[in-house]
Amino acid sequence: MSDPTTPTSWRLVVDPERCQGHNRCHALAPDLFTVDNLGFASAAADRVPPGAIEQARLAVRNCPEFAIRLVSADPKGDAP
Amino acid sequence: MTDRQPVTDWAADFDHMDARWVDDPFPIWDDLRQRCPVAHTTRYGGVHLPTRMADVRDAAYDTETFSNRRPVVRANLPNVPLPTPPISSDPPHHKPSRMLLLPAFTPQAIAPYIPVTRRICNELLDAIGTAPSCDAAVQFAQHVPVRVIASMLGVPQTDGDLFRHWIHVMLDDTVRDSPDSADKFVSASNEMDAYFRAHVEARKTDDGPDLISFMMRARFDGRELTERHFYGTLRLLLIAGIDTTWSAIGSSLWHLARTPADRKRLVAEPELIPTAVEEFLRAYAPVTMARQARRDGEIAGCPVKAGEMVLLAFPAANRDPAVFPDADKVIIDRKDNRHAAFGLGIHRCAGSNLARMEIQVALEEWLKRIPDFSLDEAQPVNWSAGQVRGPRTVPLRIGA
Repeated sequence: MSDPTTPTSWRLVVDPERCQGHNRCHALAPDLFTVDNLGFASAAADRVPPGAIEQARLAVRNCPEFAIRLVSADPKGDAP
Repeated sequence: MTDRQPVTDWAADFDHMDARWVDDPFPIWDDLRQRCPVAHTTRYGGVHLPTRMADVRDAAYDTETFSNRRPVVRANLPNVPLPTPPISSDPPHHKPSRMLLLPAFTPQAIAPYIPVTRRICNELLDAIGTAPSCDAAVQFAQHVPVRVIASMLGVPQTDGDLFRHWIHVMLDDTVRDSPDSADKFVSASNEMDAYFRAHVEARKTDDGPDLISFMMRARFDGRELTERHFYGTLRLLLIAGIDTTWSAIGSSLWHLARTPADRKRLVAEPELIPTAVEEFLRAYAPVTMARQARRDGEIAGCPVKAGEMVLLAFPAANRDPAVFPDADKVIIDRKDNRHAAFGLGIHRCAGSNLARMEIQVALEEWLKRIPDFSLDEAQPVNWSAGQVRGPRTVPLRIGA
């Protein structure tokens, strides 16, 4: 049985105040992030596909500005 | 050039133009990080040097205290300001001058230059041909960014010698303490303006795909740019993307020339090149940027007086063991690599997507054509002095 405190679905949040357009997330996970016409990133979808969680974590860990968070997308609960 | 006093105390009297620093700064930074993480010198009018990532980050984010009006530490300042927006801009002017530039440097905007860069690299490799030796900096690395930016600006690629001359004057020669350095700096700046002015006048319209036309169309708060802003940004576009990227390509090839295991692995696994490029950027970050304190402040508790300079040593921060396990080792498949080679905060290198693309393509094409090479230990590797570090010579033996 899975741990009830572990979220079953996740979403990516890019803080627009912190993002400086390094585009590391887009390079590492092009399907999970979109880049606007100035080079600033945002999450491509409301949910991270279950098979792409590790890729999402890689993007979080490579953002030079600490602008990306991976948070629970479950109806209740917040970021671990 | 006047005589330099040799450094006897790196913590209290460092000199980033000292020959020992130029040749191998890493042991100096490692030592400082442990015993005096914010070093100081009274040279150049007073400069502070944070070497830990956290302190470099804090200072980069504190744009209220640390101004970008002087992004390069110089012994002698020109008596006329020669701004190069947005790198020399502070809030609130910084944002609009940066915003107008950013659309030209997104991943989508850079994509059309991938085949251009590939062709340029192959032309250079054709010229090296089957020679048993070559210089990877002189015959390859230094030409790639020159030709790519010339292609983007819509100016002749054959003007590369002129561009490298201006860069040498502005970022190395006139940084040093000499009686005519300020005048030489102003002359080079005026020459660049005249160069661009001729190219602007030669354009009948501003609807071309090149960066000069792009800048002619640009607006600041809805208005045409002032001449000072327009030519300042063009000078920046020319200067900022050349010796920086050339240094990164040169350092990467220098590393591979003396590390056969890494070289063989990238030849066998070219899909690893983008990951390896991030590690080369971390370990051999070329660029240090300067700030000037506009008011009294502090970095990690060390007081900084208004008017003093700060060198944001991104290359030293990238070797901080508090952030990177085995920080002093080059690990080409390092997965977690939150490095700061392109700076942090609002002044993140606007050309970072272009630089990364050029470095990746240059290594891909080089390794396809010249998979087997080693450093020719009989000849010297000369490193550039100043705030951009890279090898200006990388003598190689080619083949087994």
